[in-house]
Amino acid sequence: MRLELRGITKRFGTFVANDAIDLVVESGQIHCILGENGAGKSTLMNCLYGLYRAEEGEILLDGVPQRFAGPGDAMAAGIGMVHQHFMLVPVFTVAENVMLGNENTLGGGLLDMAAARTRVTEIGDQLGFHVDPDTRIEDLPVGVQQRVEIIKVLSRDAQVLVFDEPTSVLTPQETDELMAILKQLRNEGKAIIFISHKLREVRELADKITVIRRGKVVGEALPTSTNAELASMMVGRDVILTVTKDAPKITSNRLEVTDLVVTADDGAVLVDKVSFTVKGGEVLCVAGVDGNGQSELANALLGLEGQVTGSIVLNGAELTGKNPRKMLDAGIGFIPADRNEDGLVGSFTIAENLMLNRSNGLPFAKGGVLQLGFRDQFAAEKIVEYDVRTEGINQEVSRLSGGNAQKVIVAREMSKDLSLLVAAQPTRGVDVGSIEFIHKRIIEERDAGIPVIVVSTELDEVVGLADRIMVMYRGAAVGIVPADTPRDILGLMMAGIAPENQEGAPA
Amino acid sequence: MSAVTAEPAVFGTEIVEHRIIEQRSFKLPIILTVVSVLLVVMLLLAPRAGYAVFRLAAETDYVSIPDVRVRGLLVAWICVGAAALLLPLAWHRAVTYRKLWPWAIALFALLALTAFLAWAGAGANGFWNVTALIVNAIAVAVPLVFGALGGVIGERSGVVNIAIEAQLLMAAFTGTVTASITNNPWAGLVAALAAGALVAALLGLLAITYKVDQIIVGVVLNVLVIGMTTFLWRAWLQPNSDVLNRVDGIQFDSVGIPGLNRIPIIGPALFNQNIIVYIMFIAVVAVWFGLYRTRWGLRTRAVGEHPKAADTVGIKVNRTRWVAVLLAGAVVGIGGASYTLMAGRVTGFDQEMTSGYGFIALAAVIFGKWNPVRAAFAGLLFGFAINLRIALPALNPGGPAIPPQFLLMVPYVVTLLAVAGLIGRSRAPAAVGSAYSVE
Amino acid sequence: MSDALTPTPPVEPPPPTEQDGVADELAEASAFDEALNLGAAEPEVTPEAEEDNRWREAAREILSGRLAVAFGAVILAFLVGSLLIVFTNSNVQAAMGGDGNFFSAAGSAIIDAYDALIRGSIWNWQGRNFNAQILPLTRTLRHATPLIAAGLGVAVTFKAGLFNIGGRGQMIFGAIGSGWLAFGLRDAGIPFPLHLLICIIGGMLAGALWGALAGFLKAKTGAHEVIVTIMLNFVAYHLLQYLLATPGLMQDPARFDPITPPIPGSARLPALYSDLNWGFVISLLLVAACWWLLNRSTAGFAFRAVGENPRAAKVAGINVARTTVIVFAVSGALIGFAGAHQVLDPASPGGFGDTIDGGIGFDAITVALLGGSSPVGVLFAGILFGAFRAGGVPMQAQVGVPAEIATIIQILIVMFIAAPPLVRAIFRLPQPSQAAKAKKDARKTQKTITKAARLTAKNNEEVVSE
Repeated sequence: MRLELRGITKRFGTFVANDAIDLVVESGQIHCILGENGAGKSTLMNCLYGLYRAEEGEILLDGVPQRFAGPGDAMAAGIGMVHQHFMLVPVFTVAENVMLGNENTLGGGLLDMAAARTRVTEIGDQLGFHVDPDTRIEDLPVGVQQRVEIIKVLSRDAQVLVFDEPTSVLTPQETDELMAILKQLRNEGKAIIFISHKLREVRELADKITVIRRGKVVGEALPTSTNAELASMMVGRDVILTVTKDAPKITSNRLEVTDLVVTADDGAVLVDKVSFTVKGGEVLCVAGVDGNGQSELANALLGLEGQVTGSIVLNGAELTGKNPRKMLDAGIGFIPADRNEDGLVGSFTIAENLMLNRSNGLPFAKGGVLQLGFRDQFAAEKIVEYDVRTEGINQEVSRLSGGNAQKVIVAREMSKDLSLLVAAQPTRGVDVGSIEFIHKRIIEERDAGIPVIVVSTELDEVVGLADRIMVMYRGAAVGIVPADTPRDILGLMMAGIAPENQEGAPA
Repeated sequence: MSAVTAEPAVFGTEIVEHRIIEQRSFKLPIILTVVSVLLVVMLLLAPRAGYAVFRLAAETDYVSIPDVRVRGLLVAWICVGAAALLLPLAWHRAVTYRKLWPWAIALFALLALTAFLAWAGAGANGFWNVTALIVNAIAVAVPLVFGALGGVIGERSGVVNIAIEAQLLMAAFTGTVTASITNNPWAGLVAALAAGALVAALLGLLAITYKVDQIIVGVVLNVLVIGMTTFLWRAWLQPNSDVLNRVDGIQFDSVGIPGLNRIPIIGPALFNQNIIVYIMFIAVVAVWFGLYRTRWGLRTRAVGEHPKAADTVGIKVNRTRWVAVLLAGAVVGIGGASYTLMAGRVTGFDQEMTSGYGFIALAAVIFGKWNPVRAAFAGLLFGFAINLRIALPALNPGGPAIPPQFLLMVPYVVTLLAVAGLIGRSRAPAAVGSAYSVE
Repeated sequence: MSDALTPTPPVEPPPPTEQDGVADELAEASAFDEALNLGAAEPEVTPEAEEDNRWREAAREILSGRLAVAFGAVILAFLVGSLLIVFTNSNVQAAMGGDGNFFSAAGSAIIDAYDALIRGSIWNWQGRNFNAQILPLTRTLRHATPLIAAGLGVAVTFKAGLFNIGGRGQMIFGAIGSGWLAFGLRDAGIPFPLHLLICIIGGMLAGALWGALAGFLKAKTGAHEVIVTIMLNFVAYHLLQYLLATPGLMQDPARFDPITPPIPGSARLPALYSDLNWGFVISLLLVAACWWLLNRSTAGFAFRAVGENPRAAKVAGINVARTTVIVFAVSGALIGFAGAHQVLDPASPGGFGDTIDGGIGFDAITVALLGGSSPVGVLFAGILFGAFRAGGVPMQAQVGVPAEIATIIQILIVMFIAAPPLVRAIFRLPQPSQAAKAKKDARKTQKTITKAARLTAKNNEEVVSE
């Protein structure tokens, strides 16, 4: 089936998310759509899938114009989508999720579970993997959940398959397996749209690449293009992909973490006996696929986790079990992984957010009374110093772009006397200009002699910033290796295979 | 509340294969121990002399069982002792990471209840009519069970309904007036059903279509319906009560099922009941079947758990919620009809006659963990407790064994314990309470 | 900038509130806030060509604005109220039966009812002298006093992203606390102002205790506060019934019905004027205190941060659990004052029974909603609802319209205001236009830029001078 998008335009208020986008996807092709965070890729796919109504433009399948009032229509026309955040009901079984909206019934609306189970097994067999139809989704690993999504799409005879950033939650090995499945589907004649901002994957997989920037198609590229060519197309200028920094100058500051264990309420061990030391003046990057305990490790360093054992010692002071207030007072700067949920109060102004974790005393408060004059002056200085592009200190942060919002957090955390900086996913969902700025500031803190921990799932970022790299897998530290460790070794470490065991490991 | 932004936040996705440390839960043994200690304290501090009489059979039963006449305090001590024997078992299971068997919990509850009844009935002028206790508990529970069923349907689809009270009251009002005018209880029942659905339609309009906070809508509807029914009752029914507000003679009667209704205890409880009670039994099964075995139920539950996922597979989220809310309103409406249309009840509408039962029904929804069958049993349990406060003073005219006000607190305290996680962990449908919109 | 040409709308509305966005909209809808914050219109020279367009846009902005919605809501509510009055009026029913003119009967039914409502709540022009004429207004303010205090209590929880439906229980506890201290210390010989003070503080503490219990359950177990507070309401009510029915606890030894002994004069709030007592002044002080707490104190900053984003507040070192308990305690104390006022009010002599809360606990929620959970908004919403309460009873007595009509009208106002699109749909008001909103935002930010630039400049000077 041949998909054609003509002049798709989608606005949110005054913001144009998609601006007259044209796209042709042929059957038997993997068509990659490449773009920065916020470039409008997901919006475009939501228009295609009927979740959003585009203001202008039309969608044609095999030359026939389509009108989608909702995802139901898009599916009926043969379009299927594997969403970035899986669209599965956690408390339903695999079979129930696959049949939902397309139920096998025995007549009279009575569910035919047997038929649904058979269908799951059949499609799984075709693709060469088995999923138990009666397991609840919440009990399945993320990689398997994604396969359920694929089964769900195929059970509706989709001919055009959209994959929205499908690899962000997968280990390198799972990514390879997914790619094999995608190629198999292509060879069966399906049209596949693969959305990503990861250059490596796109180059390996694509038959054709379309690059989107700020809601517009800026051109097509060949899979044989270099990383630098693709990156400059994506960003609109030449990008320095490496972070420049000098050799570390170690100071006497240090953070020592010993046998740290974080346990969830249900008993799952999220961080499993992790020990490491970070010295002043160096950056320790914590690498790994999302969900392997890195966030919990970072949270534990700020006292955000409930059940923690082991010890955290910063410059000789025992911090284990202290609450976030005490941790902050000990001089820990913390950039949370999810800035909108954990870092900022969206409806507060920039000025209020800049004092968010310092409202307990001087200089922002005196005797329980807020010092509004100081607050505004402080904010006015910081938006200049940290290049926050805004209309003023009283703007709500929810109306800032991702990069500028992140710079508010960076400004807040770096404008106090630090004894440790913990930055989790400091550049996630941030434009390239802000990425460069934030990386520069992190290195400045390192050079000021402060121990720095950066948690990141982006290998490029890890390699660029790190002096040493700790890889986590299923809550445990697989190993701590130098920054110049080859990527394939890091990749295997992210799948849980320590460097010393890697010779015998399957490729 | 808006589901999608141009740049979606990235959620930490859990990997489930982490090492698991088994967790021991001591909540149940602690609760059982506390209950046992309380019973012991009660028996020690307020011993009651004399005999307690339990009547197990009615005259019409096939077999006549003689009244059981026992030394109340002795039996109470024996039951407490037997219940206490289960405690080591409960602790042992918890220490060894295992769950206590449901039969053991049921046995404990039965023993504790018997101990309480034997103690309270000791030296009384009257006797415990076990059949009547059960039959009356079911009767009291009718609006609670229908209210809870409606609550379950609504919440399963993602719409919190704290306006059950309003639906019960509106249905009671409309059902009474319609039955009075038409002289036909069935017309009253249908009108009550429609009235419940009408209040539900307001809930749907505001909470689903106009996306007003569901809790606020519930509060507003409760006040509105109380005001409206009281206003109409004062201005309209009271001056014309002979025509508009008299259902004596046109209430539903009890209908015995020949052959089954004379089995001791079970017969009167299950097979010699009012038509509305039979409808209730059928409704519990039907709601369970509908939610868990049909396409409608699968979609309704999906919309309550993860509306976005339902949307992406072509299910119209808000339409599904509308259907669920209207259906729920109709079900609650039947419960409202039971206030006046069951034989033996009052024969006219009175202001605020539902007196907070809608909130007890809400409590039953939560205590029943959003499952229609469990919620119905929770409703029966609460009905039993409420009925006891009528039965207790009747037993001892000289002064009840314990203040009846404390029995009335039982549903609320039990629900507080339940939501506080002390009695099992209840998990609400994930998307309950939030309106759905795509952009 | 051309967009500075339109008449200046209100400057910033008070900080947006709580989780659901409804009260948020209400905050902006509140006419009272706007009156408070209204900036002076900036006179600007305008090019002739833009004049026409500008006025049309201004008209549109007014029609699509919150005020229009609020106005529409009031009209709709009174319309529905009128219908109820008309169709339950016996003269009208007679007219419909062919016995007279329908319209004149309907018209006089409505006019009589609303006339009685106004005479009962604002100004009685039939009164013999000034005191009689002003009496309704003092009654309105007397009824408003507990509504304002309890409304503030609910509003504080709204600001912290919490929902306190436990007003009834907290009021009951306030009444128990102050009542017990009032007649319990009757014979202790404590003189007037001191005894009163003890009773008020006792009532507030008791309310705070019951509120904090809800907060504690929410904070420690994650139980939803709506369910918890509903259940605690009933527990409190049955507890009060038990206390009132038990001789030796709170029952008057001289009586057989469930009622407390009379409240002694040394614990009574002194009269201010006519039916009004000093409790109203205290409620005004509470309004001011709440405003300061929410907008100027670090505690209020923590409340609002937790309300808007509890996860971010936790990361920022704010103890969310403790804040939740404190918010509920503050809320319970304010509502507890409402309970104490009902007990100590000199205009209701004797002891009290189990209806002491008088529905104020629930009305407080609607007061807070109507007031946009801003303290000043709550003040005016409380007075409005107080007027309905004061006017309802004489209306029922004089023209036979049940007092519940006041309840219906006030709840309809809240319902319509909570759903602006509904009112817009009924009156076919225009939607707020994106362009107008964008312009408004731009104006707002222009001001902050200027301010920030000024601050920066000032700061730079300071740096230079150093």
